[in-house]
Amino acid sequence: MAKYLLLKHYRGAPEPVNNVMMDQWSQDEITAHIKYMNDFADKLRGTGEFVDERALAQEGTWVRYDGEGRPPVTDGPFAETKDLIAGWMIIDTDTYERALELAGELSAAPGKDGKPIHEWLEIRPLYGNAPTITE
Amino acid sequence: MDGALLRSLTPAVLGILVRRGADFAAAEDAVQDALVEAVRVWPDDPPRDPKGWLVTAAWRKFLDATRAETARRRREDLVDAEPEQGPAHDSDDTLQLYFLCAHPSLTPSSAVALTLRAVGGLTTRQIAQAYLVPEATMAQRISRAKKTVGAVRFDQPGDVGTVLRVLYLVFNEGYSGDVDLAAEAIRLTRLLAAAIDHPEVAGLLALMLLHHARRASRTDGGRLVPLAEQDRGRWDTTLITEGVEVLQAALARDRLGEFQAQAAIAALHADAPVAEETDWVQIVEWYDELLALTDSPVVRLNRAVAVGEADGPRAGLKALAELDDSLPRYSAVSAYLHERDGDRRTAARLYVEAAEKATNLAEREYLTRQAARLNN
Repeated sequence: MAKYLLLKHYRGAPEPVNNVMMDQWSQDEITAHIKYMNDFADKLRGTGEFVDERALAQEGTWVRYDGEGRPPVTDGPFAETKDLIAGWMIIDTDTYERALELAGELSAAPGKDGKPIHEWLEIRPLYGNAPTITE
Repeated sequence: MDGALLRSLTPAVLGILVRRGADFAAAEDAVQDALVEAVRVWPDDPPRDPKGWLVTAAWRKFLDATRAETARRRREDLVDAEPEQGPAHDSDDTLQLYFLCAHPSLTPSSAVALTLRAVGGLTTRQIAQAYLVPEATMAQRISRAKKTVGAVRFDQPGDVGTVLRVLYLVFNEGYSGDVDLAAEAIRLTRLLAAAIDHPEVAGLLALMLLHHARRASRTDGGRLVPLAEQDRGRWDTTLITEGVEVLQAALARDRLGEFQAQAAIAALHADAPVAEETDWVQIVEWYDELLALTDSPVVRLNRAVAVGEADGPRAGLKALAELDDSLPRYSAVSAYLHERDGDRRTAARLYVEAAEKATNLAEREYLTRQAARLNN
């Protein structure tokens, strides 16, 4: 029983197999893709493995502290930022293998010509509680 | 309003419904509904016979829920058949429920959730909060678990071992949010120990009590405090005494098992007034017993620590060298033994490595602090 974050990238992930940008897809292909994603989340709600999912806007801003009494400094967005997160899903599975299996399934979402995108997803374990018994 | 009493009656009431012919899933829902009603009604109108009240209320909820035409016919049959009831069955019913909720066809997370609800009487929301998932997710997990065990006969004998593993998981999850899972695991293990005479059930109960006794000293403002540095004055001596008594009675039966051996190790720690007086030689012997029972790599790792204390860090490192270095906490153990052996540099490097591999924040912080202490 552990939680995993599945990260989807706008940029920064290795190139997918079916690498055609969405603006080149047909309307039906876009519809099929979105349906696949929604069905996937619904399936996980049904199996009791769904925790959370959100999508992020493309443009973000860098912010940092700039000293006592001064407003924070902002900068960006930087077009050259290598890594850009598009969204996430958090799942709660019995095993790591199960989490991998689900990530693989999510990555099979259809793209151009209805073929799987084979998109690279990043899977990151969330920290759990410190166990009571260790010795 | 006695919430604990209410929850302690849950398994017996559920058992009676199932025995009367209600299917498990529907009976479980009906009992939850009855518990909710009890919380509402009892404060103003406390029943003389709480259990009888709950059985009546739950049975009525069950009948209400089976209103369809076919169900009505079945209900008439059930009413005709009527109560095969009575306190004589209580502990058997409770035991059967434990077996059902830990049935091998369930995944660990489903078995845990079902046990907490059907035996523990917790609400779906409480269980969801404890495991940090949405309530809808937990509701689905429980409902699927009920379907999975739907076809299992209630009077089938089960395996105590699977039940113990589920309770151990609940205990080890510790404390997050409103529900104290460690305390709940102890309550459920006590209830199980009352329903079945089994040395390993007693062993697990003793293990939980002995670890729970140290809870107050295990953290300091969220920081992990290792066993050797814990303020032993804060250990709960009542729990320790009880744990040791339960363990001794179990060991006297001469049917050693994993949990009894683990509890024996915890008892030896509890027995030392200061860390320096810990009987590490005996602890190593118990790890050898444990290895004979399980041959688990995690036990070998813990044994290496004990060997390091009993025979010196070199001996500990030698024991460690025989293990796979990809084991969880291998680097942390190695760091600890290297420092004791006087090699602070290697120890610092290994603590950094161990921090990177930690699976929870408290351990990562602890290990990072150890590296920082050695580097500065």
